[in-house]
Amino acid sequence: MTELSPAPGRLTATDIAVARGGRPVFAGLSLSLGPGEALRLAGPNGGGKSTVLRVIADLLTPLKGAVRWNGTATSEDPSAHSRRIAYLGHADALKSALTARENAETMLSVAGRNNGAALDRAFDLLDLQRLSDLPAGWLSAGQRRRVALARVVASGAPLWLLDEPTVGLDAASVSALERAIAGHRAAGGMVIAATHIALDLGPGDATLDPGAFSWTTDVFGEALV
Amino acid sequence: MHRFANPTRFFRIANAVLPVLAVVSAGLFAAGLYYALFDSPADYQQGETVRIMYVHVPAAWAALACYATMALAGASFLIWKHVLADLAARAAAPIGAGFTLISLATGSLWGQPMWGTWWVWDARLTSVLILFFLYLGYIALVNAFDDPDRGGRAGAVLALVGAVNVPIIKFSVDWWNTLHQPASVLRMDGPSIAPEMLLPLLLMAGAYFTLFGVMMILRLRGLYAGRRLRQMRLAAASR
Amino acid sequence: MSPFLAVIARDLRLARRQGTDIAMTLAFFVVVVALFPLGLGPTPELLARIAPAVLWVTALLAAMLSFDRLFQQDSEDGGLEQLALSGLPLSLLALAKAVAHWLTTGLPMLVLAPLLAVSLNLASDAYWTLVATLALGTPVVSLFGTVGAALVVGARRAGVLVALIVLPLLIPVLIFAVSAIEAASAGLTIRVHLLFLGAILAASIPLAPLAAGAALRQALD
Repeated sequence: MTELSPAPGRLTATDIAVARGGRPVFAGLSLSLGPGEALRLAGPNGGGKSTVLRVIADLLTPLKGAVRWNGTATSEDPSAHSRRIAYLGHADALKSALTARENAETMLSVAGRNNGAALDRAFDLLDLQRLSDLPAGWLSAGQRRRVALARVVASGAPLWLLDEPTVGLDAASVSALERAIAGHRAAGGMVIAATHIALDLGPGDATLDPGAFSWTTDVFGEALV
Repeated sequence: MHRFANPTRFFRIANAVLPVLAVVSAGLFAAGLYYALFDSPADYQQGETVRIMYVHVPAAWAALACYATMALAGASFLIWKHVLADLAARAAAPIGAGFTLISLATGSLWGQPMWGTWWVWDARLTSVLILFFLYLGYIALVNAFDDPDRGGRAGAVLALVGAVNVPIIKFSVDWWNTLHQPASVLRMDGPSIAPEMLLPLLLMAGAYFTLFGVMMILRLRGLYAGRRLRQMRLAAASR
Repeated sequence: MSPFLAVIARDLRLARRQGTDIAMTLAFFVVVVALFPLGLGPTPELLARIAPAVLWVTALLAAMLSFDRLFQQDSEDGGLEQLALSGLPLSLLALAKAVAHWLTTGLPMLVLAPLLAVSLNLASDAYWTLVATLALGTPVVSLFGTVGAALVVGARRAGVLVALIVLPLLIPVLIFAVSAIEAASAGLTIRVHLLFLGAILAASIPLAPLAAGAALRQALD
């Protein structure tokens, strides 16, 4: 497996409250994840699964609460926190004009993580070698998702944040993803996946439903009537 | 926590201040207009048209003060994330745009007898016109998003960028004006002002600024009610 | 390769693959300049008189059409989040984007403008000044465009909106650039004008990326 860099650590989030567009999403949410552990975010649409991932990635600043890595608030050094994360959003971040391989390479080199051997292994694992020289615009939705996943797998970042990773994937690709997650965890890596289907994250995975942490007031601090 | 600072308390104070402010503003307008139109001397150069200045100049001052208010409120919204700060910035923008419009219209009315044309690219008028453009951009930006918070934050950054640029724009317009305008054109301000002209000017300035306060409170109430309503509808739909 | 250079290289590569985007901006520049003689008549003296203003105003308008390339596509396809998580501070990301934008828009305009100036009969003394004002002014246009484009990420009618908020801020650049070219045409000194333009550029290089970084932060939130 790819060497993880920087080293895995303990991720904690305490008493997080988020409102989006004046709409309270969740409040009082806490979680903790150590090396080799996995967490599944479940729950209905609009419950805040993607929002939890964005808060942990520091893309979104919560109204209340803090995310910490080994006890240090991630907001103290956002760049260092970014380097711990491989993020798979609901969009694949592929450019139609670039080939599958170039897409993965350019984004990884922007993050200073371009490693040809690791990318080869990831493309093998997700059965992408035959597609690697095709423009991403020619690929199907499932194939595009696999390219985006290959970028995460090849990154060598300790913390994977996966937002509905299985969308568009066939059964073979889902089990390839499960193998990748198992390998990542075995190397000490951490995974948080928002998913509403039965994706096997491996033994000892925890489940969290952000929708269960609801606000008791509106964002002005006044009672909801 | 400041972000949960109680808007109810704010509006309790604001609602108590509102009638007082409204009466003071009306009084200042009455006194200011009386002195401006009847009890002040005509200018030796501009004649009776100088009276337009008492409406025109304080409007431009108030427009600038509105922009400063907007930028400060935007900065506090970015720093403390208090929703009331965003509402204050949004409330100030159309008021400021209104004052710039008054300033432009009265400037044009003054220009007709003085210059023989409704519009002259005088440095001051041009600067106020650009200020009007800045207001238009801000208002368009804050209303261009489905998420009101996103609009408010983008607007706050723009208001700050604009505030840094206003002196540079002003300087460049003055520079441009001296290049292109014949020196004989009468400026809209004299080098010094007689005391009997200063009184109506200050009265009118006070009138405009208190009017600004009155309109701010009224607009803040409306915007706050709108936000509350939005949240209640979302909360009602999600249960 | 450092992340900063990698962002520039990525944008240049994308621009090369989607070459029509740049070509359209430059074609707009050429077509609009050509409209002026058609609208005003081909009198050489008149064209020479308006040439500096026409070239600069048209360059500004053409640049406005190119700003949606900066962040809009990246925001829609999820690339912006990946760039934001690259470990590069957002202000440096914005600066890299501005550099790539200038290389693909400002620089080609700089090359095209003297050719268009010939068609407008610009005074022969003013060519180097035209190039100098564009060299100092178009980077400011790219930097301010980055701020504007970052502000309108996700907005409705983002293309028109960015022009509405950026154009008033670029008025000083227009004034100093055009008056420098006019001064050169009249055989007057241009040093002061160029110093002002240089000062605006020097102030914009640190400040505009800071503002654009703040705007991107809000766009991601």
